[in-house]
Amino acid sequence: MTVYSTSDLRSGLKVMFEREPCLILENEFVKPGKGQAFSRIKIRNLRTGRVLEKTLKSGDSLESADVVDTEMQFLYEDGEFWYFMEPNTFEQYQADSKAVGHACNWLSEQDLCVVTLFNSVPLTITPPNHVELEIKETDPGLRGDTASGGTKPAVLSTGALIKVPLFLECGEKIRVDTRSGDYLGRVRDLKKIKTD
Amino acid sequence: MTTEVAQNWEPTAEISALVERSRIVAKLRTFLTDRGVLEVDVPILGNYSVSDPYIDSFEVLNERVEGFLQTSPESFMKRLLAAGSGDIFFLGKAFRAGEIGVNHNPEFTMLEWYRVEWNEHELMAEIAELINILAPNIGCLTMSYRDAFKQHLGIDPHDACLSNLQRHVSSIAGRKWRPESRFNCLNFLFANVIEPKLPRGLVFLYDYPECHAAFAQLHCNREGQLVSRRFEVYLNRLELANGYFELTDPKEQHRRFDRDKRARIAMNKKILEEDESALAALNVGLPSCAGVALGVDRLIMQLLDKNSIQQIMAFSWAQR
Repeated sequence: MTVYSTSDLRSGLKVMFEREPCLILENEFVKPGKGQAFSRIKIRNLRTGRVLEKTLKSGDSLESADVVDTEMQFLYEDGEFWYFMEPNTFEQYQADSKAVGHACNWLSEQDLCVVTLFNSVPLTITPPNHVELEIKETDPGLRGDTASGGTKPAVLSTGALIKVPLFLECGEKIRVDTRSGDYLGRVRDLKKIKTD
Repeated sequence: MTTEVAQNWEPTAEISALVERSRIVAKLRTFLTDRGVLEVDVPILGNYSVSDPYIDSFEVLNERVEGFLQTSPESFMKRLLAAGSGDIFFLGKAFRAGEIGVNHNPEFTMLEWYRVEWNEHELMAEIAELINILAPNIGCLTMSYRDAFKQHLGIDPHDACLSNLQRHVSSIAGRKWRPESRFNCLNFLFANVIEPKLPRGLVFLYDYPECHAAFAQLHCNREGQLVSRRFEVYLNRLELANGYFELTDPKEQHRRFDRDKRARIAMNKKILEEDESALAALNVGLPSCAGVALGVDRLIMQLLDKNSIQQIMAFSWAQR
């Protein structure tokens, strides 16, 4: 464990603040022409994602947080926990629904994702930016309507509900941006573009 | 010979910013010279350092010299004033250890000047004229430190007791933090509550609490409260300058040195030798005068609308 003084707090460092693991976003050194200096820090709570602004006395110290991002493979879920495996050591980790959060909308078995470990326990799960999923349920496709720009709801194999263009059918594989939940394209079209 | 190019060789500021900087510095010099203020060049490496417990200097120590890079030219300038120099200014480097950030660089440029037979309000008026030449039609507000606290916090900074001030601080600070003195509470509240609410443009604050006196004289304000004749200047909410109606009483000066020394002991800081030359000069007699120190880099940073001080320095601390 490392202890950082206010002058060492740089953006990107992970520290414990009020018993929560936090990421330093900004640290502004404030020193009026007279008296004590202090630091205005902006931090993100890594568990909740909430951003806080706090003022610390210069020379105060914060302990480093044992937080590491590790790429892991999603194995399966059993209704209570989600299981992940570190592909090099084959070590398995179980994450609860709090840690998985919205990532549950996008994870398919075998997918690689980033598991953020806090004291060796999954804290958050970050799915890949783009995932390929199958449409499970949607209204019948309007054949040929590739231009109107209209959309309809579709349920994906993971249970996520997103908006897709009208021409898509059940069973088709699509690519989705997990950060926005936006439809990016049909996998076979995207593959075709790539090989053309 | 190696052909490898050292990394980070490039200047911190863009050349265009340095062109502007040079023009501004020339105007500062002309402004004071035209008004008959004599430019003086005083040592940057001196035998003594400032007594203020919250300002750290760089110590220079080797077999030839034992001294300090000066945190301000104040002491040398007062020796000149006592010797009958009349109005003087210094435009050069000052150093403060550990002060680094978007508004701080440990090595910086300071403009300090003294006006004999002037009071702090006359000097404030001259500063306003100077800034108006550099930034025409800039808005200007002058208010007492007390009015600023009354307006934004609803407290009287001269009467409020320590525990009341501490309560205000605790409600803002992230952790249980109770500054141990009124001085530190007031500074904290000023920097965190009042400063962000100051109007843009030029703001002068005067009649600081007695505990902020440093080397300023004391007097009674309209409310009959004992206050120090210190003033500060803010430009677009950034602290730009700090001035005093200067203390001339050597006995009082000695008491303040002593107070700083006790504070240093309490803070486990290095005890510095008293600046005997400065005290000797005061004993001979400092003329009645007002003085101000202005951060030139900050002034340029604001005039050029940059958001970090490093952007207007040829080579910042990190690039030295």
